[in-house]
Parts: sequence; C-alpha cells; structure tokens
Amino acid sequence: MRVGVLALQGAFIEHEKILKELGCETIQVRKKEQLEEIDGLIIPGGESTTIGKLMEEFELAEGIKKRAKEGMPVFGTCAGLILIANDIFECSQPRLGLMNIVAHRNAFGRQVDSFETDLDVKGLGDQPLRAVFIRAPYIKEAGEGVDVLAMHDDKIVLARQGNIMAAAFHPELTDDTRIHSMFIDLIEESLNSQQSSAK
Amino acid sequence: MTDKGTWTLKKGLAEMLKGGVIMDVTTPEQAKIAEEAGACAVMALERVPADIRAAGGVARMADPTVVTKIVDAVTIPVMAKARIGHFVEAQILESLGVDYIDESEVLTPADEQFHINKHEFRVPFVCGARNLGEALRRIGEGAAMIRTKGEPGTGNVVEAVRHMRMVMAEIRLVQNMPEEELMTFAKSIGAPYDLVLQVKELGRLPVVNFAAGGIATPADAALMMQLGCDGIFVGSGIFKSKDPEARAKAIVAATTHYNDSKLLAEVSKGLGEAMPGLDISQIPDVERMQERGW
Repeated sequence: MRVGVLALQGAFIEHEKILKELGCETIQVRKKEQLEEIDGLIIPGGESTTIGKLMEEFELAEGIKKRAKEGMPVFGTCAGLILIANDIFECSQPRLGLMNIVAHRNAFGRQVDSFETDLDVKGLGDQPLRAVFIRAPYIKEAGEGVDVLAMHDDKIVLARQGNIMAAAFHPELTDDTRIHSMFIDLIEESLNSQQSSAK
Repeated sequence: MTDKGTWTLKKGLAEMLKGGVIMDVTTPEQAKIAEEAGACAVMALERVPADIRAAGGVARMADPTVVTKIVDAVTIPVMAKARIGHFVEAQILESLGVDYIDESEVLTPADEQFHINKHEFRVPFVCGARNLGEALRRIGEGAAMIRTKGEPGTGNVVEAVRHMRMVMAEIRLVQNMPEEELMTFAKSIGAPYDLVLQVKELGRLPVVNFAAGGIATPADAALMMQLGCDGIFVGSGIFKSKDPEARAKAIVAATTHYNDSKLLAEVSKGLGEAMPGLDISQIPDVERMQERGW
C-alpha cells in the first residue's frame, strides 16, 4: 500500500512518520503526476489558503478530485478538512469539494484558544482519544451521506463520507495511531473492492 | 480534560507553518497581499528591518493599533515582535491575540542579561539563534520555534547561511559523539544538558527551525531549504523590492519546490529588481543586529 501525503506546505512529515510506523510506503506529493502512483492521500494541517493556492497553481486540484471520484480514499486534517469541504463558511478560498460538509475556519479562536482534549470516537471503543486542536476549524453542517464520528462541545470534529475522511484536529501530533489505522482500513477496503471488480 | 497553552500546542502551530513563508508586513494592505500570495503567516511590524536599520535610534514593539488592524485583515496566523527581555511588550502582544511572538534582535534589546521567560505565556514564542548553544538556551527558556538570526534588513543571505550551517554542523557533531562526552559539550556551548540529549536522539532541533535574516530571492529561499531549514521568514525582501506581489508568490513557490531547479528558474523570471543589498563588512560591529542577545 502506498499512501501519498500532500507536501505543498504544513505538517506532512509527521503524517509520513505515523504511516511508516503502521507499515505503509509513503510519498510526498508535490506534482500532479504523483497522484497516479498512490492508493490513498492525506491532506495535512498547515495554512489552508497557502495549500489551496499552491494546489491550483501546480494543477493538483483537478487530479485529486478525479482520483477521489474514482474511489481513492482521501483524509483531510485541520487545513485538509477545510480544503475537502463542499462549502466554507463566509469564505471564497479554493477548495476541492469532496465532502458534503460546511467547514468553519478558525472556529475555536486564535492560537491562545488552541486546546487539547479527550474525544469519544465512534468505532474506537471506550478508550478516549487525545486530540490536539490548533487554530482549528469544525464542521458546521454535515449533509446527507456524512457519518459523524466525533463531537466536541456539540461541534462535529471527525466525520466520514464514503471514501473521504475529515478531522478538525491533528492525529499526527500524538502517539495514538488509531485514526491513521482507520484511514488505512479505508484504503484496504478500496483496494479490495477494486480487485473484486477487476475479476 | 481540556488544556490550553501546552507545549504540544505551542510547538504544534510551528509544525503547521513548515514548508511555508512568513512575511513582514506594516499595513493591512500589505498583509492582504502577503496572504493572497500564499504566505503561511505574517509578521506585523511598524517598520521593516531595512527601515529600522536606516532610521537608527530605539526600535520598539509596534503600536497596538497597527497590530490589531493586521490581525483583523487576514485569516492566517499573525506574529509580532517584542524586544529581547521586554516581557511587558510580550504580555501586551498576547492580550492583542497575536498567534506567535518573536523575541527579536531586530528591535533594540530591553535587557542585556536576560531573555523573556517564555514558559509563563500561553502564546508561543520564536527566537533567533546563530548556533546550537544559543538555539537550545532559547528552547530552554520556552521558545517553541527557532530561526536563524542572519543579518536582518540587508538582503544579504550570507549570515543566515552561516548560522544554518553552524547549527547543522553542531547537530551532526552531537549525533556522532559518545554519551560520556555530551555533558562537557553541553557545558562548552552553554546549552541545557537534557536538550543536548534530545538533539542526539532526534538528529535535529527539538522544535521547528526556520531561516531568517537577509533572504531576498526565490533562490535564497530554496538555498536555505536545501541546507535543511523547515521554512522561511522574509523581512524587508518583499516589500522593499520593485514588485512585491510577484516576488512574494515566487518565494512561496520556491519554498515548496526547493529541489526542482527547472521550476526555480521559471519562478525567478522577470521579478524586477530585488531589494538593494548591503555588504556585511560595511556594517560596523555595533550595528550588527545578530550580536544582540546571547
């Protein structure tokens, strides 16, 4: 399994470290050609305006949309969540529109309001997940087909829609690898279904 | 349990800035240009370093009105500078809601002996360093991000290169050193021992390490990235050049694609004049900003 991490700007190395720990091959994706070489893509935390502009400038946006439509799993964390949303609250910045959600940027406030907390995550059992929120967004509205996986203060912070996953927090900044494992399961599912349809 | 102002959160924001360009701005209009060009953060200032250098006198924290206007103008993180040792300027900046404080040698130091105790703040700090010892002393005081000092306001990258090479060389030295030599090494560079141990284990600084001080072209930014830094500060280099918008955009692209020489050639085309440069040997020792702090 080869997982790409979008490496235009932000915390891509941290995602790679965890993916490698979990036995995946990883590549840093900076060019559109590389999108054909991967089985799944993580869009990391960073500045969503910066990543969005670079994605358009270097023509990665169309490629990501095409691959996601074909069923390739895509996981956006923090800035990545904003970029994969269909809609961004009061904002016209570039986006991929892969998930039926409205993202709210910097929704918890500035850096002095950034926080860590324990989350109950659907499908992860009783053991809470320590989650790091840095100038974080949340999902203001989740539309049809979106499965809400975790909330904090009545706000949606983790969700899935088919092959697309989004987290408002940074699973790459803690030692708990369960969220990445969830994403790897998604990739395995998609690889298996491709194999069976090829038969 | 919910916690704020933790080390993970302070260090974490710097991780999110990696591979990006942080630009000095003095007005909300400039801040918008920087954001539009793809800056991952802006540094709110009253004057850019080149103008501070030209004006002489005492350089202080920016007027809170300027900082607040810039905070309101953009959605990306906003940093601001406090004088070395001036913890009240830092308290004021924290209360204004800035996302990172630069305890900076660009301003006139307020304390020649002691830097700010950065652990006491909820807002994270970035500090300048010329070598490993200086970087680890600042981290020991609570800095969650390090940058080279370089020589600000010169448009001359030579000092940033010197400082980055120095830090990298000392990290390699620590990595190859047997454990029993580390305490003596820590003593010789004046660094906290536990942080020297961390450097040996990690093979890098325990926090994000940016380049700053003299970066003026896309090639300068890519040079610093290839030397191993995590991202770029551009001070006077953008708004002291002929075409700030084009140059800002080109430096952002060069920082992402720092290993792609064809692309670097492409983005370096037709940017107009860079800021006028200063030869370091023409600057009297007492006017070298990098000598401020210890």
